Amino acid sequence: MANSNSKDGSDLEDFGIEYASAIESTSLVTIKDKYGLFIDGEFVSSSSGKSFETLDPSTENSLSVVTEASSEDVDRAVRAARASYEKYWKKMPGTDRARYLFRIARHLQERAREFAVLETLDGGKPIKESRDVDLPLAAAHFFYHAGWADKLEYAFPQRKLEPHGVVGQIIPWNFPLLMAAWKLAPALACGNTVVLKPAETTPLTALLLAEVIRDVDLPPGVINIVTGAGATGSAIVEHPEVNKLAFTGSTEVGKLIQRSAVKRNLPLTLELGGKAPHVIFEDAALDQAIEGVINGIFFNQGHVCCAGSRLLVQESIADNFIDRLQKRIELLRVGNPLDKNTDIGAINSKAQLERIDQLVKAGIEEGAEVFKPSCSLPENGYWYPPTVLTGVQQSHRVAREEIFGPVLVVQTFRTPEEALEKANNTPYGLSAGIWTEKGSLIHWMAERLRAGVIWANTFNKFDPASPFGGYKESGFGREGGMQGLGAYLKNSGGRS
Amino acid sequence: MAGKIPIAKTYKLFIDGAFPRSESGRTFSVNNSEGELIANVSQASRKDFREAVRAARSAQSPWASRTAYNRGQILYRVAEMLESRKPEFLELLKSIGVNNRVATREIEDSIQRLVWYAGWSDKYSQLLGSVNPVSGPYFNFTVPEPTGVVGIIAPTEPAMLGLISRIAPAIVSGNTVVVVSEAQSSLTSVTIAEVLVTSDVPAGVVNILTGDQTDLLPWMVGHLDVNAVDISGISPKTDLTHLEEVASNVKRVVSRSVDEESLELISDFLEMKTVWHPIGR
Repeated sequence: MANSNSKDGSDLEDFGIEYASAIESTSLVTIKDKYGLFIDGEFVSSSSGKSFETLDPSTENSLSVVTEASSEDVDRAVRAARASYEKYWKKMPGTDRARYLFRIARHLQERAREFAVLETLDGGKPIKESRDVDLPLAAAHFFYHAGWADKLEYAFPQRKLEPHGVVGQIIPWNFPLLMAAWKLAPALACGNTVVLKPAETTPLTALLLAEVIRDVDLPPGVINIVTGAGATGSAIVEHPEVNKLAFTGSTEVGKLIQRSAVKRNLPLTLELGGKAPHVIFEDAALDQAIEGVINGIFFNQGHVCCAGSRLLVQESIADNFIDRLQKRIELLRVGNPLDKNTDIGAINSKAQLERIDQLVKAGIEEGAEVFKPSCSLPENGYWYPPTVLTGVQQSHRVAREEIFGPVLVVQTFRTPEEALEKANNTPYGLSAGIWTEKGSLIHWMAERLRAGVIWANTFNKFDPASPFGGYKESGFGREGGMQGLGAYLKNSGGRS
Repeated sequence: MAGKIPIAKTYKLFIDGAFPRSESGRTFSVNNSEGELIANVSQASRKDFREAVRAARSAQSPWASRTAYNRGQILYRVAEMLESRKPEFLELLKSIGVNNRVATREIEDSIQRLVWYAGWSDKYSQLLGSVNPVSGPYFNFTVPEPTGVVGIIAPTEPAMLGLISRIAPAIVSGNTVVVVSEAQSSLTSVTIAEVLVTSDVPAGVVNILTGDQTDLLPWMVGHLDVNAVDISGISPKTDLTHLEEVASNVKRVVSRSVDEESLELISDFLEMKTVWHPIGR
């Protein structure tokens, strides 16, 4: 199969499809030399004086120096959030909270290109994704939740609704601004104040959001942004004055947070890892399914908790499907994230690149066959080519562990029952994909797949009106939709 | 003359629709308010707990696959069976020191609670689910589904209403449960098991282990095939650091007042599933 593929690969090159580079300008973006912590409406320095660098992962060049929040700084942020909750936010009518959220949405729309470029610089994701997905969705999340702020009693009739108070939120590096929006918008709409920690490798768009927060005159202390790594996160988790925690990130860290929270009976929502099955039945519309599989695993370099990372393809079409998939992968453009033609950008960090590399090597050692396209990778920066592993057994690490990179693992099945058995054979349960033209089979599968989000004949679609979140070890609580509000209200009946 | 000596009931565990003794051979004694022995009750072990989880897991998918209407009818049937055994429960509650008036009320409330939840079986999903207006040509909907196997620490008081209040909201949506019931409440709990077994509740849907909650709690929170724990009935003396192991498989943790009746309690044991499908020709 590898031979026939490289032959077909050259055939495709014969079409002469060459893209001239189309580099997005960075002139819109001004990156400061150093950023403080955003506490009580101001940028302040740390009590410890510690800081760290944030890099452009596509070049390894330093972009800026960011302040590392100590536990004293976190304490200051929590106290600011508490004071702001008592002084402004708790008393403010929902209608007014809504107006602030609408304003933030509008500012994000107005400055969308600037945010998109900064997101791509700091995180390495293709500009076409930060421009067309991250930014529009982030703005939409604020806009959507703004409308809820004065309508909560319609979502939860006959309840004595109350905000939790001060919410601690910790977000990952894969969708830095979008995750901030997912966390902040519902928390604020429901009347909470927030201490937010962005990931240490991607702090810049959250810090730019702090500027927006000032520009829209949000009362000081309603949103506080503290940058740092694990120690800063722990300080938030352990802080006795935080009334609710929300975390998006790895299952490993999520479990540590749950251990800490459960002892104190502290409200908690977790959006954790995944190992999503992407099931292709023999009657699927194959061209569409190929695109769905490509999007499912290579979107954002596979740094997606709901990525379709386990391809389950029906045996009768497996050879043909994998062959076509590999041809399609040959056409993916890997490189400069600022190039508007780029499909796959840089791996977010050196640590992540090493993890991907180590897991793929483990897969090969355990007997998987590896396919990588013939594309060349830039010399500097962190890069990993789109990769497909075939001949994978259920017991292999690559079939069980989240790789969180552009690596697709392929298994086959014969019957829908076998597909289901394999699909559900994982401790995770965040998302799943189904491709078939048979409607009743879609519903049969959708009903039985143990996952919070099911994409049928599509994949990786998101919307603020659509609840998102996991089953099993992928976490609990929902983000988005009416169901997502419950996480930020007492007595709503939602999992908070 | 024969037949003058009463035949006392042996209180055993309730696992998978049967009443086995604990594999450990252990029992604990329950006395009445005068300090006289009422019964030696089976004391469940770790192994009994594992057996109960195995039964609950096997029963879960078939129970969730029943129609909502059917589950509602079965819960109503439990209420009917309870109604017919009111005198027995009254005597039991009185024997553990509940006065006649309170006991009568508790039994009535327990029956009513089952009737109330029975009626919810085919209604909560319309209130908690939704069709979502996403920005694109997709049909997008959210439906609640049962979480799976739920471990329940039953409250000691109120013995009867407490147990019914924990079980009903969990099983109405298709979860199955493993309940730990301790001390004096174990008498009513085992008797409720006798009601369940004659009420068309399939074997394994409700499993009741009498024993020591401090003994069994670590196995419950650490068991990887338990998806959620309801600790509403946990003794206030319990050290909450024992709960840390819930994180081993990210269990959902529910803690509410012991005799609460609410839609929120049903939703505590649900997962929200969202399905996307394109609209096109």
